[in-house]
Amino acid sequence: MEKKVIFKGWALPLALLLPQLVITGIFFFWPAGQAVYQSFLREDAFGLSRQFVGFENFADVLSDPTWLDALWRTGFFSASVAFLALSVALFLAVQADKHIRGANAYKTLLIWPYAVAPAIAAVLWLFMFHPNIGLFGRMLNGMGIPWNYKLNGDQAMLLIILASAWKQVSYNFIFFLAGLQSIPRSVLEAAAIDGARPARRFWTVVFPLLSPTAFFLLVVNLVYAFFDTFGVIHALTQGGPGKATETLIYRVYTDGVMNLNLGSSAAQSVILMILVIALTMVQFRFIERKVHY
Amino acid sequence: MATLALEDVKKAFGATQVLHGVDLEVADGEMIVIVGASGCGKSTLLRIVAGLETATSGRVIIGGQDVTPLEPADRDVAMVFQNYALYPHMSVFDNMAYGLRIRGLPREVIARRVQEAAELLGIAALLERKPRQLSGGQRQRVAMGRAIVREPKLFLFDEPLSNLDAKLRVQMRAEIRRLQKRLGVTSLFVTHDQVEAMTLGDRLVVMHQGHAAQIATPMEIWERPADTYVAGFIGSPAMNFLPATLTAGGTAARLETNGLVLPFADGPRAGEEGRRLTLGIRPEHLRPGIGGLDLQVELVEPLGGESVLHGRLADGAPITAKLPGALHAEGPLGVIIPLEHLHVFDAETGKRLDAQA
Repeated sequence: MEKKVIFKGWALPLALLLPQLVITGIFFFWPAGQAVYQSFLREDAFGLSRQFVGFENFADVLSDPTWLDALWRTGFFSASVAFLALSVALFLAVQADKHIRGANAYKTLLIWPYAVAPAIAAVLWLFMFHPNIGLFGRMLNGMGIPWNYKLNGDQAMLLIILASAWKQVSYNFIFFLAGLQSIPRSVLEAAAIDGARPARRFWTVVFPLLSPTAFFLLVVNLVYAFFDTFGVIHALTQGGPGKATETLIYRVYTDGVMNLNLGSSAAQSVILMILVIALTMVQFRFIERKVHY
Repeated sequence: MATLALEDVKKAFGATQVLHGVDLEVADGEMIVIVGASGCGKSTLLRIVAGLETATSGRVIIGGQDVTPLEPADRDVAMVFQNYALYPHMSVFDNMAYGLRIRGLPREVIARRVQEAAELLGIAALLERKPRQLSGGQRQRVAMGRAIVREPKLFLFDEPLSNLDAKLRVQMRAEIRRLQKRLGVTSLFVTHDQVEAMTLGDRLVVMHQGHAAQIATPMEIWERPADTYVAGFIGSPAMNFLPATLTAGGTAARLETNGLVLPFADGPRAGEEGRRLTLGIRPEHLRPGIGGLDLQVELVEPLGGESVLHGRLADGAPITAKLPGALHAEGPLGVIIPLEHLHVFDAETGKRLDAQA
């Protein structure tokens, strides 16, 4: 049942909507429009001349092997972050859902990382894993394991995956915990009486009932890994060594801000925008229809 | 199918003692109804039998085997929950087949058993549906079916009818009784509804504040309640209680309200002259007449063939009478107490006082 409020005239509803519309307009539609406009232009680095080039920027980006590399790298990075953040959060939520002493303190602690800004989180991880000054970095090297993410691309990727996933675990944890708590206790008891052991109960009853939550979180995590991890990468590796940790979003920044290749950078962000719109649409479609029980 | 025995089962949640030592012997194929007001420990007792709660002390023995340390999965019992507790993401078929699949039965056996149970319960047409597509009564049947297909040693029912509307409840009540008799499975049924208890049980366990106040057949409990709690709980409208003292060498009671002396029909009671008693008389046993109690009737509830009259004695004590016919008026009324229907209890302990042999 939808509740509809009927207004007389246009003035009041418009006034009520205006703040939201203005914010969305200024901070999303205007810059997004600028990016779309820019993506059809080629401009010199000093902004003295510009030229309309149609889809040439897009064609260049899509045929650039280094961009395609970044695309695969981003895919790997995002999948890893989402998988790690989701599985760790699910494990922690299942543990927190049990009747344990100090569960509330434990839950509060788990939620804290979400309140930490990405750049600060990155600095935290830097202090832990810097090869010279980091606690664990020195320990690893001391144990004879060569650890230097500034030289080793795989190690750098591992580090940004860990740091990014760590930040997202809290968010997933809250949703999983809420999902777990909404499963009626008697359903689990019925399964126990039916003869299901805890592991079986989890995979045949708990997990299927959590799947709508899990799917929603998967999309949110992918979007996060695509776009919100800029701060982490920038503070930890700046996309290096070489291009080992250069994801699509970081490349937009490098090409646009560092190399001042505005047309290409704009085209890349438009492609990213299309990607996220597609992801969001998939999510709405599925949440509305498929993943229902 | 099996016997069940509870030996001195106690349960405490922290400092709160919920069960104070319950003993119970259930014969093979018997239907036992555990009845009591909310908070009396009846559900806790059932959950201890199921293995969902651990008893603080005492033993649970199913079919001669001590199952006290076993998990619910290893006890071979089936339970029907108040809110049905169906698996919301599974079809009716899968809900019923779940326990059988875990036991690794062959696919054809599972399909046959589910089909048989579904036909027995009249839900064979619903096997493909999800629980959310079912009505309350249908869900109740699926929950029953899930218990039946398992062919367990013991059925446990935790107030399974309280979420149904009145008409369906009466229908399902009869159906459960028929099924239980036909399948012959030993059953425990928890309810707070005394009508359900009276109609369903071979024997009742009336629970009061963590004690089994009385364990007996429904008629025995109705005719010879063990204490004033049981007497007041079973029967509707509830039994009337009147304070009295023992007199005439233990052969009669003197009512405190008007000094009326009521000789016992079945023999003398033990005790000193003047021992304090509580006399009980069921509303349906009171008869209109002079020389008994003088009531001031305040409310008449006509039920068709009979009427419930709510009144007060001169000292303000409430009395309920259930009299035949619908033509009764508010105002003064005399009722007599048939001596053969008198229940005698000790006023201090509330325990029944039987006639000396």
